[in-house]
Amino acid sequence: MTPSAYDQWLALYEASAKRDAVFATMSGVPLDAVYGAEDGEFPGLFPYTRGVHASMYRSRLWTMRMFAGFGTAVDTNQRFKEIIAAGGQGLSTAFDMPTLLGLDSDDPMALGEVGRCGVAIDSLSDMRDLFKDIDLGTITTSMTINSPAAVMLALFVAQAEESGVARSQLGGTLQNDILKEYQAQKEFVFPPRQSMRLVRDTIAFTAAEMPKWNSISVSGYHIREAGSTAAEELAFTLANGFAYVELARQAGLSVDEVAPRLSFFFNAHIDFFEEIAKYRAARRLWATWMKDHYGARNELSWKLRFHTQTAGVSLTAQQPEVNIARTAIEALAGVLGGTQSLHTNSMDEALALPSEKAARIALRTQQVIAHETNVTNVADPLGGSWFVESLTDEMAAQAEAIFAEISAMGEGSMLEGCIKGIEENWFQGRIAESAYNLERSFNRGTRVIVGVNDFTEGNDDADLEILRITNEDERKQVARLNDVRGARDDAKVLLALEELTRDALDPEVNLMPALINASRADVTVGEMMGAMEKVFGRHIEVPTL
Amino acid sequence: MTVRVLVAKVGLDGHDRGIKVVARLLRDAGMEVVYTGLFQTPETVAIAAIQEDVDVVGLSMLSGAHLTLAPMVVEALRSKGSDIPVIVGGIVPNNDLEDMRAAGVAAVFGPGASAEEMVASINEVVARASS
Repeated sequence: MTPSAYDQWLALYEASAKRDAVFATMSGVPLDAVYGAEDGEFPGLFPYTRGVHASMYRSRLWTMRMFAGFGTAVDTNQRFKEIIAAGGQGLSTAFDMPTLLGLDSDDPMALGEVGRCGVAIDSLSDMRDLFKDIDLGTITTSMTINSPAAVMLALFVAQAEESGVARSQLGGTLQNDILKEYQAQKEFVFPPRQSMRLVRDTIAFTAAEMPKWNSISVSGYHIREAGSTAAEELAFTLANGFAYVELARQAGLSVDEVAPRLSFFFNAHIDFFEEIAKYRAARRLWATWMKDHYGARNELSWKLRFHTQTAGVSLTAQQPEVNIARTAIEALAGVLGGTQSLHTNSMDEALALPSEKAARIALRTQQVIAHETNVTNVADPLGGSWFVESLTDEMAAQAEAIFAEISAMGEGSMLEGCIKGIEENWFQGRIAESAYNLERSFNRGTRVIVGVNDFTEGNDDADLEILRITNEDERKQVARLNDVRGARDDAKVLLALEELTRDALDPEVNLMPALINASRADVTVGEMMGAMEKVFGRHIEVPTL
Repeated sequence: MTVRVLVAKVGLDGHDRGIKVVARLLRDAGMEVVYTGLFQTPETVAIAAIQEDVDVVGLSMLSGAHLTLAPMVVEALRSKGSDIPVIVGGIVPNNDLEDMRAAGVAAVFGPGASAEEMVASINEVVARASS
């Protein structure tokens, strides 16, 4: 006789290590690790609607991973060390716009943007300063970059190995989700199919050489920030995930070699229960599709692990302190939805990059949820709520309907469907339509935003102290770049670029070794991307309204 | 007369949610709207604005580069003998408003500006420019 779902869960729960904590309410009422019917769904069991781990936060809290980056690598290194000192457990690197688009800091298009939205990385020398005195063998690092993701991974590997940490020891995540760039975030360089070749190369390289690395963070965050609904965020993101699985299969990897290396990244918007339902539906859908549609046999392939960030678009410039409350509510949705890691936005981010104080308050918000509220005692505390279960089913049903549309565009292939949907502006159009509908509801006043279209008393209060990025950083960074160009061996640079071009021309070759060699030869990000652009061409989005 | 607006993204900032929503809201208000797509330069925006004979140029800027790029768009237009007014929407801290005005930017809309406010302000800017 098969043991009951409860007994299966109990066996897993008992086998997991627990934090040294008392699992009881403030008044001393002892708490079970999960509540539910004997034969119902349980965390840690397929299809994981209630969580990927049987013991959830009783074993381990989520990783408080704060996204940071500005100015030069030296400035950001300082902020990283502050985050570690304040109790942050993972690093998450924000790059500036030129780096995100693979341009050097002295490129004419980079004017005014260097170091502004993140840190400027031009070459190995910057990577060295970025992670100076940080042990990459023990802390995990996330790099939020897409078009030049392979280049940044190459620089990271080169830097780590130079500092004595083998690539096999590196733990972390590359965002590397190029599909959502075309759909939503719009930091694209090469055309979609050529970009997907680079993604394929990073998947294959990390599968072979970096066992602790997540090759792609499949990201709904930006889809939602660009204006989609919750169900569209859910469906487009998972469809992109399916596309990467199909891509890896084309490269000769099995679903069980690639799926465990995919992690996900969702938005935590302000509609509390809809967000929780979205995360629950995401886990159920992914598990079901991996098992039934893609034939995954490894449990790790079924388990959707995700990072959450609170919604940047929900922040207001008016009465910015109120954003602390919004962020706390959104963060709580992420936690009740079972997130594996979390970034909380700072109150001043509708105005500028976060000040140190604002970033600290945002981290403290997570610490209040983790250590004061006791919500970590019970897995999936909202499971079994008629409302939340029904909304979970609704999210899943809406997503399935969208999967069917994407699959139809690709004549049965999600990979083709995602690429066609991009080329035909299908995703972009749907997202813009949803954004417009939401904005109309704010303008009509049918939806309230405190401090914006209602409750505006106090909007004229004194401004917050905000972080100012001056053009001084741009001058400093350009000088740093010039130093690198002046000191390097030009013959080695030329050789490395020739090798990169030759490898780019042959679609069967993996580009990672050539990129790592180029990184070591102090070839700049712009030079590596430029060499590949000559082979791959450039993507131009046909503007639509 | 129908107000014609060119809305543009200059530089590397790919955030296009705002510009698309605003373009549609302005159309709803009866304006004619032209959008030239991402990654434009001050030069391409000025040329498009003159060719399209628009009444106003609206720049959407969310990356923090407004103090560098907005004045360059104004300058590109003026150097071609055009006096088309330039307005900016996006993330512009209050401390920068004076510098933006000094650089010739006719109006700035911050986060949360309503459709009505934008339409009224554009009409006023256009009326001022043609008087």
